[in-house]
Amino acid sequence: MRSFEYASPETEAEALELLAEHGGNTAVLAGGTDLMNLLKRDVVQPARVVDIKNISSLRGIKLHDNGLLIGASTTLDELNESALAADYRSLTDVIEGIRSIQITANGTLAGDLCQLPHCWYYRNGHGLLAMQNGESLVATGDNRYHAILGNSGPAKFVSSSRFAPPMIAWDAKVRVVRRQWSVVSGQLPNATGNGQRTTDLHEEWLPLEYFFITPKTNSQGVTVLKPGQLITHLWLPAAQETRSATYEVLQLEGLDQPQVSAAACVGIEGGIVRTAKIVLGHVAPTPWIAHEASRWLVGQKLTADTAETAGQIALAKATPLSQNDYKVQQAQTAVKRALLKATNQLGEVL
Amino acid sequence: MATELKVAWGPRKDNVHLGKEIQRLDGIEKASGVAKYTADVNPKDCLVAKVLTFKGGAALVKSLNLDDAKKMPGVKAVHAFVKEGDELLWDGTLVAAVAAERQEQAEDGLRAIKVEYTLKEHFVDEDDLAGATKLHELRTGELVKTFPADIQAILKKPADDRSDDENKKFEPFQKQLDAVARIKPLGENTKGDVADAIKSAAVVHKGTYGIATISHMCLEPHGSVCRFDGNKLNVNLSTQNVSGTAGQFAGPLGLDQADVTVNCVYIGGGFGSKFAADDWGIAAAKMSKETGRPVRLMLDRATELKIAGTRPSGFAEVTIAADKDGKIVAWDSHHWGSNGGMKGGTINLAQFPYVFDFENRNRKATGLVTNAGPDRAWRAPPHPQLCALTDTALDDIAGKLGKSAVDVFLANIDKTPEKLQATYIAEIKRAAELIGWSKKWHPHGKGGDGAVKRGLGMAIHTWGGKAHAATCTVRINPDGSVESLSGTQDIGTGTRTAIAIVLGETFGLPIEAVKVRYGSSIYPRSGPSGGSTTIGGVTGPNRRAAIAALGKLFDVVAAKHKVDGNSLKAKGGKIWSDGKEVCTWKAACGLLGMMGIETTGEGPKDDGLTSEQVGGVQMADVSVDTETGLVRINQFVAVQDCGLIVDLLTAKSQVYGGMIMGIAYSLTEEQILDNKTGRYINADLENYKLPRIGDIGELIVEMYQPDSEYERGVIGLGEPPVIACGAAISNAVANATGVRVPTIPLTPKRVLDALKAAKAKA
Repeated sequence: MRSFEYASPETEAEALELLAEHGGNTAVLAGGTDLMNLLKRDVVQPARVVDIKNISSLRGIKLHDNGLLIGASTTLDELNESALAADYRSLTDVIEGIRSIQITANGTLAGDLCQLPHCWYYRNGHGLLAMQNGESLVATGDNRYHAILGNSGPAKFVSSSRFAPPMIAWDAKVRVVRRQWSVVSGQLPNATGNGQRTTDLHEEWLPLEYFFITPKTNSQGVTVLKPGQLITHLWLPAAQETRSATYEVLQLEGLDQPQVSAAACVGIEGGIVRTAKIVLGHVAPTPWIAHEASRWLVGQKLTADTAETAGQIALAKATPLSQNDYKVQQAQTAVKRALLKATNQLGEVL
Repeated sequence: MATELKVAWGPRKDNVHLGKEIQRLDGIEKASGVAKYTADVNPKDCLVAKVLTFKGGAALVKSLNLDDAKKMPGVKAVHAFVKEGDELLWDGTLVAAVAAERQEQAEDGLRAIKVEYTLKEHFVDEDDLAGATKLHELRTGELVKTFPADIQAILKKPADDRSDDENKKFEPFQKQLDAVARIKPLGENTKGDVADAIKSAAVVHKGTYGIATISHMCLEPHGSVCRFDGNKLNVNLSTQNVSGTAGQFAGPLGLDQADVTVNCVYIGGGFGSKFAADDWGIAAAKMSKETGRPVRLMLDRATELKIAGTRPSGFAEVTIAADKDGKIVAWDSHHWGSNGGMKGGTINLAQFPYVFDFENRNRKATGLVTNAGPDRAWRAPPHPQLCALTDTALDDIAGKLGKSAVDVFLANIDKTPEKLQATYIAEIKRAAELIGWSKKWHPHGKGGDGAVKRGLGMAIHTWGGKAHAATCTVRINPDGSVESLSGTQDIGTGTRTAIAIVLGETFGLPIEAVKVRYGSSIYPRSGPSGGSTTIGGVTGPNRRAAIAALGKLFDVVAAKHKVDGNSLKAKGGKIWSDGKEVCTWKAACGLLGMMGIETTGEGPKDDGLTSEQVGGVQMADVSVDTETGLVRINQFVAVQDCGLIVDLLTAKSQVYGGMIMGIAYSLTEEQILDNKTGRYINADLENYKLPRIGDIGELIVEMYQPDSEYERGVIGLGEPPVIACGAAISNAVANATGVRVPTIPLTPKRVLDALKAAKAKA
């Protein structure tokens, strides 16, 4: 691992200041699940790592604004053990599937959302888009774990976040903060920031579904976060009567990346689906909202047959690569099983 | 009259330690972290070395400059494995090593090395016989066109028609052809009349089968800690070959072998890949010599996976035919695969088909030359592959006949080695009872109506397990303490415990009273631990030496107490004559004078203490999720013979371990080489998938132990339990789904792809 500066701020403002320096070539350390691997493999080379675990405002879970506010450094164990989170089954489903004490004890929701792709070309140093001589290594190489949707552009990796699908299905929002410059006496701030300016903390609440982007260049990243910006909180609307579940296809019973996943939130009244939102994970460069399948489900009874049809609709436009056709079947199954699980209809599966 | 004790194991019923369930003497040390492995050895002022490797399929070294690396802070030595102009022919090839005060300084040093490559064509698709053949023809065709006309004329002649002169003339050109070859014919032969037998068969099946390359994936990577004391080299080496590696260091270092000591008491996995000093071990020793400081060089995980050993792949097209009772009447196969290292080998033609010797048989083998790290012996080489390509075809015939695999295997037992037939029959029947075969069995494809199907599969195996050549010293000291010294190692054998059991049993002492010293090349030489040779290798010589020592002790006791030495027995810490106590063990030893007794034991010998050749049967009960492709083990049964058991607990542990390793290569682990970059793309613990405890299911192990097994003496057990796993599990999946997933490991992708292809075909 290369040497880097380590900083441990105690306030959001301090954190932003530390993140903004070194031209923004800084990294946020929360649980470290992903960052440590990226550093060890030399995939990222930040000049400074900013540890946010000592910022008290980023910790904890509380009721807020007719919903649930989760601090960015809240661990998965803390979330799992919170009575407030019990109504969000699709989130606890994911925690249950992690099967790693180290990760649930240290890992955070916000950290999961910021995971970089696990694409083996990227992790082996071929760049985010894995292009070589103008050709996509993924398209012509080993793409068994790559995207089957949203893969017509240069990005063919899959989004690695396990919590984004259920959180997007819940219409979660994310609070992103950055420094905002107030210019004094009409002068532009100088490079050292002396004198002529003051900084304020600017916050933005963004629907999580707009947080992820599909990059067209190696340097664009996979989220809207710019250098120097920080996720501080996540917000989930009140669960009310909405039922939810996540179904991840995991090859191993131990720690493993899902091959595909699907999360569903459904509102059912009088035996009929009134609201539905299905989001797939690990199938596209971003979490993938199955809009058509979700719309189709509204007005239906949720049965094994309609769940199956929803899965087929969700994957109808899949464009598998040369080696990952099997993921289409898996993703259809995940959608079906997430819907059945949310309504306690799921039978024997492995 | 001198005491004459017979060299033999005692009556089974009289044993106090031998064959009982005894916990390993060093189990707590290993489980608690007290045991020091090579990777834990950290002498004062030790430098840390890291390696720079080539990351690609094939290249020439265009330039290599180490100057900047040498100037980096903390860097004390830089070692080049290659020079400009060298060919690098697989991913992970060593380029250079840097030794520094701290690990991160060594890594910074590696980044300061300037190296440029000229990339060359690579080929890594080990299963693609057609692709390899096409590339082979293209490249050799291009090359031949550049040969002079007379050479081309020689080439056109059949090899037998060429004169000696022509052969000599052609030699350098053959070398050029070999350098671009992508396939190597490895022979074919015929027995009986296959075509005729197929004509009259009741059922004929054509199938494709395969088993991918895996890496050894030692938990403790390969590596060493080397330090010089004057001109003497002391090496802590993670090795299966304590007595055989000192010389490998001595030559390249310009030392006398007598000045090199190799030590390894604890090893974190070897599986056949740790017999050598290796280039990186020599590099560590050279850097230690250069700096005058100890140097620790353990391979990083990716390099460990890429270059420290793989198990070759095998793929086969098989036509198999049977009569209506399931008796195989014909076998016709062509198998291919790669053993990496540009060697063009695959699994041995002569051992195929596995265990069964059918009367009518054609067989052919082709090796693929791939740009992949070279193979090393992997636990029971190459039996797991042979079994995975043979017993699967046998199971498909059973499936086609609608018969139980148990019935079809039993119907063909007369084609297995005669001395194993009775054992196989008994073991198959017992395994079937343990797994509930008759209650659970159904024809192939009738595994249930839901998405999750359940099925049963079985396979059988064999292994030699003869003791390796070894010596040891046994001492009885005047204070009553006893010790054994040997230059052996413990790769899972339970060496310390096994020797203590043998000496404890022989001397009538508790096993804790036995001091076992091993793991250093200064002790009497003992063979490398490979091929299940160690348990016989250590127990035979120690029993012989201990009996000889006991005889000498009895001589002294007999003289002192005026009894017949041949009437004496040692048991319970005392010496007995015809059932009467003569004296305590300690008192007896007190008669020995200052020198005590020291004897030497050797092996193997034809005295009945050890022997060879075992069978073994495994049966799997699996569930397959046909919508996700997941396979889970419900129950996995092994019934295993192994002659005389030294420690029943360790013996069972060996079988459990073998089965777990078998589940890994059956379901999850494989080397994945990327055809675009030529790289071992999954050389990390995220994508080189190993099962966790939840993936293992219920393991049921029964040692087949009639008295006749005890009478055979000690036979090695490390290899057998890992052999049949692939075929047994693959057969269970085929029984559940009615579809053969051709290649092991049976990943979700392979399962779903096979189900889809079968559906399309139907």
